[in-house]
Amino acid sequence: MAKELWKGNEAVAEAAIKAGCRFFFGYPITPQNEIPEYMAMKMPQVDGCFLQAESEVAAINMVYGAAGAGARVMTSSSSPGISLKQEGITYIAGAELPCVIVNMVRGGPGLGSIQPAQSDYFQTCKGGGHGDYRLIVLAPASVQEAVDLVQEAFDIADQYRNPVMVLGDGMMGQMMEPVEFKEVKKRNLPEKTWATVGTKGKRKPNIINSLFIEAADCHNHNVRLFKKYAEIEKNEVRVETYNLDGAEIVFAAYGTTARIVKNAINSLAKEGIKAGLIRPITLWPYPYKAIEEAAEKASVKAFMSVEMSMGQMVEDVKLGVNGKKPVFFYGKTGGMFPTPKAVAEEAKKILGGAK
Amino acid sequence: MFNDKRLRIITGHYGSGKTEFSVNYVIGLAETGKKTAIVDLDIVNPYFRSREMEPQLTEKGIRVISSSIKGISGDLPALPPEIFSVLQDTSYEVVLDVGGDKVGARALGRYHEYFDREPYDMFFVLNANRHQTSTVDGAVSYLRSIEQGSMQKVTALINNTHLCGYTTLEDIMKGQKLCEDVSKILGLPIKYVAVEKKFVDLLPKGLQGEVLPIDIYMKKPWED
Repeated sequence: MAKELWKGNEAVAEAAIKAGCRFFFGYPITPQNEIPEYMAMKMPQVDGCFLQAESEVAAINMVYGAAGAGARVMTSSSSPGISLKQEGITYIAGAELPCVIVNMVRGGPGLGSIQPAQSDYFQTCKGGGHGDYRLIVLAPASVQEAVDLVQEAFDIADQYRNPVMVLGDGMMGQMMEPVEFKEVKKRNLPEKTWATVGTKGKRKPNIINSLFIEAADCHNHNVRLFKKYAEIEKNEVRVETYNLDGAEIVFAAYGTTARIVKNAINSLAKEGIKAGLIRPITLWPYPYKAIEEAAEKASVKAFMSVEMSMGQMVEDVKLGVNGKKPVFFYGKTGGMFPTPKAVAEEAKKILGGAK
Repeated sequence: MFNDKRLRIITGHYGSGKTEFSVNYVIGLAETGKKTAIVDLDIVNPYFRSREMEPQLTEKGIRVISSSIKGISGDLPALPPEIFSVLQDTSYEVVLDVGGDKVGARALGRYHEYFDREPYDMFFVLNANRHQTSTVDGAVSYLRSIEQGSMQKVTALINNTHLCGYTTLEDIMKGQKLCEDVSKILGLPIKYVAVEKKFVDLLPKGLQGEVLPIDIYMKKPWED
């Protein structure tokens, strides 16, 4: 298929439909409105269901219901709306239901701004809702990658019976890029024997639930969840590395920020400074190993996490580096982007100081 | 070139490149020495709007009219009364950059009395690489929905077929063919073929529409 020009939000919606998503429940918020808008247009054409809920809280609980019945279902929002969905998300994680949630992050906290940000990293990767649970978090850096990951997200969710968050930012949602829709590599997916689709009088009813009245039952449920999470950590870590050979400084950046950092790396190279990049594609499970291996390289003098936040992923970089090398941070937030030039300048300051 | 009606309305699917076209057009128009204004009527897109170019445009002597809310980052559909001044003051050559769908085009409906009063040009910017306008049927139906929303008639087509940084000559020619087909059905002329400067010498001679060489102003944060 020839490449077409797609707006990130539209492309994400189309990718979901191509992946067999037939239920979408959402509520409008900038900068992700083209997702529900596209779904409203397209779902009726594929005999799917688009429903604009009365609130984000209602939307996520509709997702809970549809996922419980075994449907491929998605919702999307941007930061403040995702905050509202947290209760439903922890219930979905607790009840082990597959679904896909898209967050096109904007500036925070509170209503913040409508411009792009990455300041929902903590919320996405370190909890968000209550209890011990994990979301599988995919962080695309281009519209093409967003399309590929959204299509795969539904399979990942089904394989592990776990909600998957696709974490973009406003720029990802709003920018136009060439896209080609491809066939996703098939996974061997388990049958949804747990779904509430009616017993037809032939079996005991399936119950979708996250309530465990006995403490021991709740404990055992958590232990079982964490066995599953360990499996995901083993199988699903994804990372892109760039120019790590001989790098003096290693940047860590995800999503659109990684593209800014790549430009910074190329301009540093022109000045004879070797810099590399570790770009986590999964934010959970996090590619600690890639960070650790880079930290053990003799050439590497320092790490720098570059984010559109006040410094959130930098904590995971520090966990990966584990004290072997100094870890720095550079970021802009509230809807501002770090520029390639500023990133390069920061790197030079650090390397100058380390000599 | 630029010898169009005083009021030029620029419409198109979002992603067609109508803002890029509008910005390039108004700069070219200003360089002919005329008193120019650009009105950013885009109330549907939160990013990549012509108002982001205000400092560069103002420097070239172009009057920029956008939201009445201060700042470029809001998504409040607030249209300032200042728009009336350039609609009424016929000493201005005006470019109106309209939002990219029928909802966005509706903002124009509010000013329809001025277009009833004075002949205008309304360009439909077409990008054959956008999924909703990649076929003749798709393009015609999108054009009609914009006419409906805006309560105005398209007067000419603009071939602005591109693939961001990955455009090829084949893309442009595919768009030209689409414009010719739409042109035949609707009886509308192709007014401009907007292409990045590097393509100008590669285009075959005798294309319908004047070639408008453009610079890329609306950049992503990593495109320095």
